[in-house]
Amino acid sequence: MNRAVVLVIACVAGSACAQERGIATAELRSGIGFAGAAVQAMQADDAANPGMLWVERGEKLWRAPAGADDRSCASCHGSAAASMRGVAARYPVPDAVSGAMLDVEGRIVDCRVRRQRAPPLAREGEDLLALAAHVAYQSRGMLVAVSIAGPARAAFERGRAYYDERRGQMNLACAHCHDRNWGRRLLAETISQGHGNGYPAYRLEWQTLGSLDRRLRACLYGIRAEAPAPGAPELVDLALFLAWRAEGLKIEAPGVRR
Amino acid sequence: MAYARVQVPPEVRRGEAFEVRISIRHPMETGYRVDDVGTPIARNVIREFVCRYNNVVVLQARLNSGIAANPYLRFFVTAVDSGELAFDWVDDAGERGDARAAVRVVA
Repeated sequence: MNRAVVLVIACVAGSACAQERGIATAELRSGIGFAGAAVQAMQADDAANPGMLWVERGEKLWRAPAGADDRSCASCHGSAAASMRGVAARYPVPDAVSGAMLDVEGRIVDCRVRRQRAPPLAREGEDLLALAAHVAYQSRGMLVAVSIAGPARAAFERGRAYYDERRGQMNLACAHCHDRNWGRRLLAETISQGHGNGYPAYRLEWQTLGSLDRRLRACLYGIRAEAPAPGAPELVDLALFLAWRAEGLKIEAPGVRR
Repeated sequence: MAYARVQVPPEVRRGEAFEVRISIRHPMETGYRVDDVGTPIARNVIREFVCRYNNVVVLQARLNSGIAANPYLRFFVTAVDSGELAFDWVDDAGERGDARAAVRVVA
């Protein structure tokens, strides 16, 4: 009884309760830390990083008018370099109107439909990836810092439950690999800690840029679980939990991953 | 879909070799893959790539299916006069792409 009370007090006292996190802050390692030297060099050099193709294209799309009022992203937000700085580092966030959790891609689509009155962009389509990469790029080097208070709390708890729940034919939870066995080998790969700070990232396996959403679905495929549809709420909830778990790491978008 | 990023130094010295880097957004479809229902996906790679420096061909390359998507080419060109590097390419589907970069030669 006494011990339980002490534990509770300890957890309340420290805002970041160590027991809550699967990986201690001091041990956090970005996915690029598990990659080989060639992949690391590719990410570090903007001229060689293929993800920059999408970032640059996104800059053009940012200024391209669309929709009923012929307005571009820049019409309201100005230069992304100023207005979007730090945005990707604090997403996903709950939408003020609907209360639904939105990741960066979700926010772009929402803005496009509601403000620009334009048709939505398809998930994993070239245009949405380019815009998302351009927005995420503005937060490069900034620490991941999401809010899990207030309206985001429920989503965070759902995301955590999803992370800890066994699923698929392999009967594995995310935590089995990425909390308990990171750094060990899984066939030819080193298991990473499962952080999303490099996304949208250019994945050599995909030969293209992809969102965190796609990466999560690929992981679910890997454990032979049924993957939700692109942009499904449970994946955004999971992305929020992952972002919280990655607090202490910096945004690397556009990352390069195997 | 055809777009590219080019990097050349802001200034180059006459007679010296400078590095040119270009990456091109292209799927470089090998022709060996099939889609989800087994239909072969037609080969579509950048067939020919040409770089001209003030209208003189300095690099001509025939790319093939062994080259990954979004090809990244890096080569050296000797600086002669200020002007333009022009990159042009065509893929198996007949789609053309191009990019330009200014060269500024000092001394």
